[in-house]
Amino acid sequence: MEKYIWLIPLLPLLGFFINGLGRNAFSKIMISIIGSGVVFISFLLSVLVFLNVPSGEGAQPQIFHAFTIIQTGNLHIPFSFQIDALTSLFLLIVTGIGFLIHVYSAGYMNEDKGFGRFFAYLNLFIFSMLILVMGSNFFMMFIGWELVGLCSYLLIGFWFKNRDYVSAAKKAFVMNRIGDVGFLLAMFWIYKEFGTLQYTEVFASLSTAQISAFAVGGITLLLFLAATGKSAQIPLFTWLPDAMAGPTPVSALIHAATMVTAGIFMITRCNELFELAPYTKEVIAWIGIITSLVTATIAIRQNDIKKVLAYSTVSQLGLMFASLGMGAYIAAVFHVMTHAFFKALLFLGAGSVIHGMHHEQDMTQMGGLKKYMPTTHITMLIACIAISGIPPLSGFFSKDEMLLSMFLGNKIIYAIGFVVSVLTSFYMFRLYFMTFSGSLRNKKVHPHESPKAMTVPLIILAVLSIIGGFVGIPELFAKNAHRLKEFLSGVVSSHGEVHEISHSIEYALMSALLACVAFAIFLASRMYSGKVDEKATGLMKVFENKWYVDEIYQSIIINPTVGLGNLFKKYVEKSGIVQLVAGTGSFSYYLSKNIKTVQTGNIGMYILLMVIGIVAGLGIFFFGML
Amino acid sequence: MIPISYYLFLSLTLFSIGMIGVMIRRNLIIMLMCVELMLNSVNLLLVAFSKMHQAKNIGSEAGIDGQMLVLFIMVVAAAEVAIGLSIMILFYRKVYNVDVKSLNRLKH
Repeated sequence: MEKYIWLIPLLPLLGFFINGLGRNAFSKIMISIIGSGVVFISFLLSVLVFLNVPSGEGAQPQIFHAFTIIQTGNLHIPFSFQIDALTSLFLLIVTGIGFLIHVYSAGYMNEDKGFGRFFAYLNLFIFSMLILVMGSNFFMMFIGWELVGLCSYLLIGFWFKNRDYVSAAKKAFVMNRIGDVGFLLAMFWIYKEFGTLQYTEVFASLSTAQISAFAVGGITLLLFLAATGKSAQIPLFTWLPDAMAGPTPVSALIHAATMVTAGIFMITRCNELFELAPYTKEVIAWIGIITSLVTATIAIRQNDIKKVLAYSTVSQLGLMFASLGMGAYIAAVFHVMTHAFFKALLFLGAGSVIHGMHHEQDMTQMGGLKKYMPTTHITMLIACIAISGIPPLSGFFSKDEMLLSMFLGNKIIYAIGFVVSVLTSFYMFRLYFMTFSGSLRNKKVHPHESPKAMTVPLIILAVLSIIGGFVGIPELFAKNAHRLKEFLSGVVSSHGEVHEISHSIEYALMSALLACVAFAIFLASRMYSGKVDEKATGLMKVFENKWYVDEIYQSIIINPTVGLGNLFKKYVEKSGIVQLVAGTGSFSYYLSKNIKTVQTGNIGMYILLMVIGIVAGLGIFFFGML
Repeated sequence: MIPISYYLFLSLTLFSIGMIGVMIRRNLIIMLMCVELMLNSVNLLLVAFSKMHQAKNIGSEAGIDGQMLVLFIMVVAAAEVAIGLSIMILFYRKVYNVDVKSLNRLKH
């Protein structure tokens, strides 16, 4: 493994340099071959890693050391990779889905002028994400963490001539920075408490070192703050829906499948730390579930096809955080994986729809696309079923496991999670029916099916969405069939995670949820088959306007800050600092203006004064003080 | 032998004439001459004191350095006068007179 592990992140970086430098020189075919090719080789290597990685109970991570980044005093930060089951799983997700999206982009972005630039950015993103998941210490994760933020910024603002897109990119960047502050402070605190940033050393010393509960709570809360930024949770979630300004493959890759799950990866990586902080886990669970509910309600009243998916992503991430808060790390990672499949599929399908509709994103203009885009239609339907959690598609298994963990942990959170799952199937089928059933509402456009480069990734992802769940079959159906739990058991310590629940209750929960989901789908089909929403009133209006969160932030944070700035500008800068600086100059000018009258230019006068001075000086010298 | 006080008074008179001349005259050439007068009055004083010193210590070399110094001062003064006069010539070429009142061109 040592021989090729370096190539996994290095190849996308090379691709970035080649495509970035040759973006105007190479042909589009060459750019897409280089861009997709490097990621494909990385994917093959990741499969090799996956097959060779030590997994199962008690497996030790493999560390590959390259060089030292920082070496001062007691601080030693190496550039090294840590490969264990969790990393190898994320490697597969990042490079595998990344590759499919690269191929898709070759079709989707074909007519765009910035084709080479786009592939260069995508490759850079893959590189950064790989650094994030492969790093063996918090510092390396931070490097990756910042780099993916940068790539996200570059790709959201990819069409930088549009002012709105640029401000969406800025918003994403600034929101992420707020979280990054948490990461930095957590890193400093970890160094202060443990004296190292290496994962293995930190977690090993947890059992021996006497770390106060306050420190652990503080560190984990700061890390969670970082996660809320990157993974778009309350209070920092508003950037993700705006991030849909970027090209659709970007939304699929960065804002659905990979980057936004970095927070979940990080918390799972540090699960031993979080296990010692019960209050932080409580906070995570509540913030996750509230985010999930708020964004699910917003999603049911959005008409922009990508906005629905964006809010759905935030909502699903919220569910993952809620189950992280319950200590069900494997369930969350499982959902990261299945969610990556079907949410990437949904985004790519939406991209295909947008492409076919000639860059129309408004669902009220769509309808009846079933007959124009058969492949997109079938794959989207599969994704909708998968995300709704209908067996035996992948979403069912992961969502069931998460909900079960919530049921065991906290009944109120479970109830909210239940509502969110029902809402999920409602808004996803609302999207499906508004887009594909009925008849085309905008008669002016002539939809067409997308090219092969776009439909083939859709089909592959659809297959993955169907079968992806079988790696985690719950004990209810088959004994010891949860392969993922077995695989990750070396990374995630199971702290008394005992499933003492009777099978009948489990069946009851499952069937209650399925019944409600089925009803929600039925309701969506009745409400949205060939129809659109009527004008919103009451609570629906709040949902349509996104709970006015942006407006609230504007009035309670941005406006007071700007006001304070203006106040300082007026009273401190203009009448204080400026006066002080300019006053120094004008005061000395005033002084010299008066003193310069002494210099008459009359030489006789000068000499007279000089003589008087000398005589006076001599007088003092010889006769003492006169 | 003439007492030292005679030399002192002569030197003081010469110096005062020079100083007053510099202060009240406006002509640059005369001012330069007055400066030279002051310089030479000091030279005279120096020679007088060194002779006195020598007379008090007969047979030794005491006081010889004062007279050497005077010779050097005269050489330097000659150079200084040369520079002063050449400045004056340049000055004259600018303003066509040698009045010190014209030397206020740098005043703001």
